[in-house]
Amino acid sequence: MATAEEVAKAAERRDVRDRWLLSAPALLVIFLAATGPLLIVLVYSFLTPGSYGDVKWQFSPEAWIAVFLERDIFDDTLSIAAAHVTIFLRSIKLSVVTTIATLALGFPTAYFMATRSEKTRDLWLFLITIPFWTNLLIRTFAVLQIIRNEGIINTILLKLGIISAPIQILYTDTAILIGMAYVYLPLMVLPIYASMEKLDFRLVEAGYDLYATRFQVLRRIIFPLVKPGVIAGSILVFIPALGAYVTPSVLGGGKNMMLSNLIELQFGQGRNWPLGSALSIAVMIIVMVALLAYVRNAGKSGVRHG
Amino acid sequence: MAKNFSIKHQPGFTAIAATCFIVLYLPIIVLVIYAFNAASSTSEWGGFSLKWFQSAWQNTQVVDATLRSFQIGSIAAVLSTIFATMAALATTRTAPYPGLTFKYAAINQPLMVPEIVTGVALLIFFSRVKIFTGYSGIGYLVAAHTAFCIPFAYLPIRARLENMDLTLERAAADLYATPWKTFRRITLPLLWPGILAGLMLAFVISLDDVVITEFVKSGGQDTLPTYMLGQIRRGITPEINAISTAFLLLSVAIVTLFFFVSRKRD
Repeated sequence: MATAEEVAKAAERRDVRDRWLLSAPALLVIFLAATGPLLIVLVYSFLTPGSYGDVKWQFSPEAWIAVFLERDIFDDTLSIAAAHVTIFLRSIKLSVVTTIATLALGFPTAYFMATRSEKTRDLWLFLITIPFWTNLLIRTFAVLQIIRNEGIINTILLKLGIISAPIQILYTDTAILIGMAYVYLPLMVLPIYASMEKLDFRLVEAGYDLYATRFQVLRRIIFPLVKPGVIAGSILVFIPALGAYVTPSVLGGGKNMMLSNLIELQFGQGRNWPLGSALSIAVMIIVMVALLAYVRNAGKSGVRHG
Repeated sequence: MAKNFSIKHQPGFTAIAATCFIVLYLPIIVLVIYAFNAASSTSEWGGFSLKWFQSAWQNTQVVDATLRSFQIGSIAAVLSTIFATMAALATTRTAPYPGLTFKYAAINQPLMVPEIVTGVALLIFFSRVKIFTGYSGIGYLVAAHTAFCIPFAYLPIRARLENMDLTLERAAADLYATPWKTFRRITLPLLWPGILAGLMLAFVISLDDVVITEFVKSGGQDTLPTYMLGQIRRGITPEINAISTAFLLLSVAIVTLFFFVSRKRD
């Protein structure tokens, strides 16, 4: 005879089994067409390049060495691969500056949205959501038309006589920066707004009652309370910025490469799939470090406020 | 001190916010205006005209790419929404059980990896599968799109489920409804707005994808975004403005619908 406890346990086991069966299709598709192939990239990064692309199944650490070092073809000595280091540093620099720029613009915007009346708040949210869901390529293309030599910025400046020749913005790092800040701005505003919406303005009022200045209130009360949103927004901007492909391809004009263009090159003309794989894993490692920093930081601030 | 001391005021914030909204919309507005430009150069205004829409409409490459985008988008959206709904039912309204955290991590994994890395990984994996099976149709694109759409479809469905308590389902079970009947008559109708929101999100995400598609597609499998990227790299024509404008209209329509569906309370 089964006791009531045994029956309950069996039911619980069945429930967990059913829950695994229900989630199986989603997990399977993601494993086959997203997670699993990442492991193959890791394996490929330790193989020898084939003559016409693809790989030879022969272990080699060369791809990883080539991420940062260059082997001299005559005397086999190693030196720093200046081109790769430049692209790594440029990508990290552009991503960090993009994150800071979107934060500087996005924080006040989120604050503005959160301090509107309940009714109009939805409208502002809607206005920030539309660009967010609009095709990234189209938005990049829109930026291209504004900043190119015949675009409206240069046309207006020329007509006003402020400049005598168009300013070359397109196909520079500045163009990539403007483009990335433009396309990723909603990703910064949305999470900050989500934190800001829950802000208790009685705390702000208390700050003013205690003779705090506006800046003190902002720095000591508002900013610490919405910090989780700020960190989430920064991560959401930094990760896609680091791996950005469309924006540097369209606005950088092929010369100002970022990491994704360097990776693409290895799978195209470069015909060095192992190097492309090693570079991809390197990008993943940078992203993982950023995510870990986020998780640790979020955990810490959670303890402090909780 | 100012006459009306507002505790919510911060100096300069409104100006920055206004700048942001103008800057966000100005390039898009300019792009749309130039789609109606009669001149063939994109730097001067030659009067109002619909000829670029007409030429895009008659461009078989554009039509093909658009149809392919819709085909992939609708299959991927439906599949990912079904899978995401099942996964959401399996991961909400339950006490923690072994593997629950793993499931969250696995479902959200595509969001954590830069698209370029996923694109490269799929290029390598699918090129092997292509040699092995000899199949090179759009199935690969559908599989890739379904995978990265799942976490997006999962978000609103899970959010909706978490706000639904189990009272009604328990009542149905008490009245001898079978689990399937309970699901059909109680859970599904209540969950429907979440599912619709997930479906629309997945469709938009699939329609917008450039990077993963660019790496996975075989020759002659351009979707609308990859076709546009190729054209933009070659130089800009007002035809791209016209295509972008039509695309924009579609996105705005879907987002508006999404906004109302996901805000609907009942």
